[in-house]
Amino acid sequence: MTKVHVDMNLCQSHGECTYVAPEIFELGDDDVLRWKEEVDPSLREKAQEAADVCPMLAIRVED
Amino acid sequence: MTRPVVIAGASLAGLRAAQALRNSGHEGPVVVVGEEEHLPYTRPPLSKELLAGEQEPEQCALPSGRVPDIEWRLGTAATGLDTGARELILADGERLAYDKLVIATGARPRHWPGDPIALDGVHTLRSVDDALALRAAFESGPRLVVVGAGFIGCEVAATARGRGLDVTLIDVAPHPVPALGEAVGARVAELHRSRGVDLRLHTSVDGFEGDGRLEAVRLADGTRLDADVAVVALGAIPNTDWLVESGLELQPGVVCDATLAARDAEHVFAAGDAAAWPHPMADGGVIRIEHWTNAAEQGAAAARNLLAAPADRTPYEAVPYFWTDQYDLKVQSVGLPARAERTTVLEQDGERLVLGGERGGRLIAAIAFNAPRRLPFYRGQLATMPPMEDVAAAVRADAKALGA
Repeated sequence: MTKVHVDMNLCQSHGECTYVAPEIFELGDDDVLRWKEEVDPSLREKAQEAADVCPMLAIRVED
Repeated sequence: MTRPVVIAGASLAGLRAAQALRNSGHEGPVVVVGEEEHLPYTRPPLSKELLAGEQEPEQCALPSGRVPDIEWRLGTAATGLDTGARELILADGERLAYDKLVIATGARPRHWPGDPIALDGVHTLRSVDDALALRAAFESGPRLVVVGAGFIGCEVAATARGRGLDVTLIDVAPHPVPALGEAVGARVAELHRSRGVDLRLHTSVDGFEGDGRLEAVRLADGTRLDADVAVVALGAIPNTDWLVESGLELQPGVVCDATLAARDAEHVFAAGDAAAWPHPMADGGVIRIEHWTNAAEQGAAAARNLLAAPADRTPYEAVPYFWTDQYDLKVQSVGLPARAERTTVLEQDGERLVLGGERGGRLIAAIAFNAPRRLPFYRGQLATMPPMEDVAAAVRADAKALGA
């Protein structure tokens, strides 16, 4: 599985990740990010794309 | 010898271009040329967390080490371009031959018109070095005057108030953040005033006074505002002067086609603040965008198109996104708010709201105040730029709309 880390000290709920990878990330009604910490490797590229668009550089993807 | 892909500009767009080349399987040499001595770093914290002292420069570093096998030529400005010979000319006189070139030289602050101000205490803010200098200047608790109430000016004012400084924020416009229109500007003005900023609108600055050190900012009506530190925040201009003799059309960004290929030269692409390209939301007109997400995404898009045959290139049509943080307010925008003719509130729940910008009766932008989760809805709407009455109906039908 591919691991998705989000540093919640950095996350400011921009929501860019929810736009490029809605399979992994969503903003709750409280505007707090929720995400899947382990995803199928087929979603690795999407997870990395989310990391790349995160303005706070809060997302890290690991194999 | 194989000519490298050369990327002029070692900031976000340049890094993302390098990264996309490698991710796309490009195995040939890649050289990134950067004017600053620093490896790529992210700039949004410079006016906020870094200036506030909550972050250090190391935390602003972009993950450049993760991109394998890149030759970084830092501290070296590009000074000219010969598209015929396919050579980038560097400040030290070297002519760097390229196979393909990405121009990602970004922008710099617009300086005070006329002669450079030779006074200590007058700052601009663009680089990490600028931010550290301003942060150091804040240490002694100076009286601060910020000239220009755009995004950077407003963020600097907010950060300075957070550090307890006396802040005067001046703009010639009738409201701050003029690019977002009056309805947003009026709210931002109220916010700054409620936090103790002396906000002076419709106000022109005439000059800066002092003897070696700044002592006062002189307004056009003759008023002298005593000041220890001033920040000149008059917006940015793209770093394309070095291309004036290259034959590339500059507007003032490098004019590209929809795929970010320069219109006037083969093998040349552009990305980020220095690129101008036709966007479908601008009726095909050429626009230029100076925001983080655009630089990140265009850098990658330009690199992918550079590797593709012309017929296989993909137009860059992303809906622009940007944000600004001031005090505890996060303003986020999708679309092209600067093209809106009118901006009105579409949904609201107390202090949280979304405003819609319209042009020709159609939605062209949405601006959210402390409502991040509402943005995807508006991105969806903006895909078709519907008439405002259809947007209003969709909001009414959306159980998740603010205040629903």
